[in-house]
Amino acid sequence: MDKIKFQPNMRGRKKLGALGKLRKLNWRLYSMALPAVILLALFSYWPMFGLVLAFKDFKFKDGIFGSQWMDPFFDHFELLYTSPDAINALKNTLTLNFSFIIVGTISALTLAILLNEVKHNNFKKFSQSITFLPFFVSWVVVGAFLAEILNYDNGIINRILVMLNLERIAFYMEPKYWPTILNIENIWKNMGYNAVVYLAAISGIDSSYYEAAAIDGASRFQKIRYITLPLLKSTIIILVLLALGRIMNADFGMFFYSTKGLYSLWETTDVIDVFVYRGLRVTGNIGIASAAGFLQSGISLIVVLVFNAIARKMDKDSALF
Amino acid sequence: MTKRMDLFDIVIYVFITVLSFMCLYPFLMVVAGSLSSQSSILNNGYKLIPEEWTLGSYKALFISGKSIPRAYGVTILVTTVGTGLSLIINTMMGFVLARKEVRGRKLLNLYVLFTMLFTGGMVPWYIVCVNYLNLKNTLWALIMPMLVNAWYIFLIRNFMMSIPGEMYESAKIDGANDYQVFFRIYLSLAKPVLATVGLFVALRYWNDWWLGLMLVDKPQLQPLQLLLHTIISNIQFLKTMNASPEMQRVWSSVPTEGLRMAMVVVSIGPIVLLYPFVQKYFVKGIMVGAVKG
Repeated sequence: MDKIKFQPNMRGRKKLGALGKLRKLNWRLYSMALPAVILLALFSYWPMFGLVLAFKDFKFKDGIFGSQWMDPFFDHFELLYTSPDAINALKNTLTLNFSFIIVGTISALTLAILLNEVKHNNFKKFSQSITFLPFFVSWVVVGAFLAEILNYDNGIINRILVMLNLERIAFYMEPKYWPTILNIENIWKNMGYNAVVYLAAISGIDSSYYEAAAIDGASRFQKIRYITLPLLKSTIIILVLLALGRIMNADFGMFFYSTKGLYSLWETTDVIDVFVYRGLRVTGNIGIASAAGFLQSGISLIVVLVFNAIARKMDKDSALF
Repeated sequence: MTKRMDLFDIVIYVFITVLSFMCLYPFLMVVAGSLSSQSSILNNGYKLIPEEWTLGSYKALFISGKSIPRAYGVTILVTTVGTGLSLIINTMMGFVLARKEVRGRKLLNLYVLFTMLFTGGMVPWYIVCVNYLNLKNTLWALIMPMLVNAWYIFLIRNFMMSIPGEMYESAKIDGANDYQVFFRIYLSLAKPVLATVGLFVALRYWNDWWLGLMLVDKPQLQPLQLLLHTIISNIQFLKTMNASPEMQRVWSSVPTEGLRMAMVVVSIGPIVLLYPFVQKYFVKGIMVGAVKG
């Protein structure tokens, strides 16, 4: 088949040179790719040029290319690393994302393994559906849920505290509770979704392993410990590596709608993405916001490439590329 | 074989039940709270089963004007148009990337892939959208930026690559051009992956607040989630500044919290109602994506 098709190509190439090549370019196929190419150019590639704003004194009327270069050149960056808010945002982004990865993986894995052990199919399906449901609501809604749960007067947590004769807590004024609160939120929203991923991996494990172990008299717990977990190891590692690749990027929606950007909570909840948003839309401090964004994109690229390379070494098919 | 339950089983069942209940609790709380009366909240706090039932919160919400139906309209429009266009654009690209004879295929793949690895960031994106593309306060602002998605393009590409090449060859021999091959053959063969991607995209558009937050100031163009955010943050404010005495009367008897909860229920209603029907497609979609990777 292919051989027959190649012959006309060769003849055309010899006779007409460049024009022959052009005629063989399938314009219909390229036209089908055009919308995507244009949209990516507009919304992904064009903004990349805007990275220079980290080095410019941006004025709206001058646009990206008309604005003057900063003098001194790195002034925005200097403001950035002397700004305690910026450093705080970086610290929070890294620590919170890291804890999300660990806690999230453990909780999703646990749920998946436990669900897999359930014998009654209806119960299994029902609880898997329920734990999956939170994935479908937006962070705006979750933020609203949270506000009701943490409510000082009527929220369930404070009511329980009062019942136990303890002091009420004004959650929105105390930064120290929030790393925990955010981790719980992360579990609540994502555990069901990630458990499905692990369930898919578990279902790929050959049942003959379990049968052989049963013959040898292994308990259920032993089966999990010596078969399921080891065989899941590479899946877990890949997913963790891929998640680590995104460690510089916080889920803006989660932070913005849970903490409402409250100043009282910045110490433990302000992250890079919210910091940049504030600079862009609230304080109008475009320079420092651009510098922060520049660093975030740059470091993120390096991190993603590194962790993806490691993941690819472990299992060729799993990495992004 | 009888299904014996041992201690391990009991622990598992209890644990999972607790987890499920915690996942479900906020939904139940919000429905119950929206149906509770002011006095029962003041006296008893929130309960899962309200002491006193009332539809007052919902009444107040709908008296307050056209903003809710309008936001619904915006979101429905944006979701349907966005999902339709997005599917066509992403699928065509996936199709092209799947064709081995396309010249520059590696370059095109890299072009798409790179957007997953590197971005200009929030600030340049915003400036491009507002200053150069003039997207501020238009319906297209809520649609265009999310139309193309590299992840879905690759998902579709991989699916199409698994379709035997003979389909393409024989269609070409029969004289079909690429458009016809795509629309008549590949599109119907790709129905499973299209359903999955379509649902995920639709969910993204329905839940979107980012595009509204960044690009839309006009209240009439606010999508549903953004309206929810506005109303929740401002309910206290709304309660004290109402104009008509009719509205004042209705609103003053309605608990602030009850109103917020009613608004939440109204925004998540469609999703929760549709959930049992569409849930399995999402699960299938994740499993296909997960198994691949």
